[in-house]
Amino acid sequence: MAFVNSQATTYNDKVVRQFAIMTVVWGVVGMLVGVIIAAQLAWPELNLGIEYLSFGRLRPLHTNAVIFAFGGCGLFATSYYVVQRTCQVRLFGEKLAAFTFWGWQIVILSAAISLPLGFTSGKEYAELEWPIDILITVIWVSYAIVFFGTVGTRKVKHIYVANWFFGAFILAVALLHLVNSAAIPVGAMKSYSAYAGVQDAMVQWWYGHNAVGFFLTAGFLGMMYYFIPKQAGRPVYSYRLSIVHFWALIFTYMWAGPHHLHYTALPDWTQSVGMVFSLILLAPSWGGMINGIMTLSGAWHKLRDDPILRFLIVSLSFYGMSTFEGPMMSIKTVNALSHFTDWTIGHVHSGALGWVGMVTMGSMYYLIPKLFGQKEMYSIKAIEIHFYTATIGIVLYIAALWISGVMQGLMWRSINADGTLTYTFVESVKASFPFYVLRLIGGLLYLIGMVIMLWNTVKTATSGRAATVTIPTNVAHA
Amino acid sequence: MDILYLLVPLSVVLVFFIIGGIWWAIYRGQFEDVDKEGERILKD
Repeated sequence: MAFVNSQATTYNDKVVRQFAIMTVVWGVVGMLVGVIIAAQLAWPELNLGIEYLSFGRLRPLHTNAVIFAFGGCGLFATSYYVVQRTCQVRLFGEKLAAFTFWGWQIVILSAAISLPLGFTSGKEYAELEWPIDILITVIWVSYAIVFFGTVGTRKVKHIYVANWFFGAFILAVALLHLVNSAAIPVGAMKSYSAYAGVQDAMVQWWYGHNAVGFFLTAGFLGMMYYFIPKQAGRPVYSYRLSIVHFWALIFTYMWAGPHHLHYTALPDWTQSVGMVFSLILLAPSWGGMINGIMTLSGAWHKLRDDPILRFLIVSLSFYGMSTFEGPMMSIKTVNALSHFTDWTIGHVHSGALGWVGMVTMGSMYYLIPKLFGQKEMYSIKAIEIHFYTATIGIVLYIAALWISGVMQGLMWRSINADGTLTYTFVESVKASFPFYVLRLIGGLLYLIGMVIMLWNTVKTATSGRAATVTIPTNVAHA
Repeated sequence: MDILYLLVPLSVVLVFFIIGGIWWAIYRGQFEDVDKEGERILKD
């Protein structure tokens, strides 16, 4: 069967370029909102008495912006780039791909408007109300058609491992979104969840943890498996391991959700399932980490001079840290201390800033020059500075919230000899103040790094030209 | 606990997809020359 994209001689990098630029732009926006809400936690006066700027409304704006706008655009850009290059065929569905770009920007803008206005479903990472959920579904189906259509019309028989990760991410997110966003609309921007009570909580955290496992992990592992070998100039350490840990990862992740609901009304057996599978998950996660880091085996010296490689490899060490910390926090006794504390937030940001952020930054620094016909980014020095501000920012952030979180947990459970609580809740809030300031500083450093990246990106794009790349004709098998 | 009536069948369907995917991958030649595939992306 002859498809239009199979006859084409050039790759469709226009949509890749568009998504890549917006990744950097939304990164700055999302992280800025993060800095604002961090400041509000330390100084509540910064809510300014304006409902649109209140912490409760800005928090989901921050999470949605960094996950779906920054992370989402990064995944679109890299998956569209990688699937074309590894299948040696132009992207399937020209107009559909363009629609996914513009449609996704409309989703992001809809979030930016509706969330401060107070429209929310109350479901974490799924706050957007039903009309936007429908738009997301339409875009996601289009994305699946473009991606799998490209894989289906490929000129190379083998499907490179990164594409398996991207494919799993796309399919899983479709399933998660459809199930968790099921709601009964009662107004233009108001709906009620199809589920209720602890069942709703279980569906929500099945979704929430798999948003982490598939959107924030599988998708970015796809990124990692292409850009680390390319930047290091070496093949993946063990291709066999990549296949094995892929299947183990995608199977195990689906069951980890209950660890968000320890000691709640959720049945004990369900909590135990979540705990056990979360612990098992450590193995396939570390399989990915080891595979990526060991790709540098024999080429460690490159880390000395190459800040892009540093971003990519350090992202994997944070990935390893977070995928060790997560299983530990999934243990019920540990969770009894950590739940509802800042330790959870610290853990989230170790994965988000350390793994997701840095692997995206490294991949974009590789990708953006190529998209503009340049050999490298405008300023390598700026990449180095970004790397150091990002890393120091992350370490400050995590350390602050580890201390704050464990302190909160210990204060809340402290009981006097006569059985009364030692501390009032507000005393723990007061004690958290200095750590909120420290966290703000860490986040601010991370944001500054992102702004440097935006500057570097603009300089690279404006001193280059949009490049058109010809598809090589020397393909092995069809 | 009624949500399980949805979640368990859904998971079973998912497992079938996974088994199907693995079967296709192994028997339709995805793993014929695995070491070479790792190197291939470095060539373009």
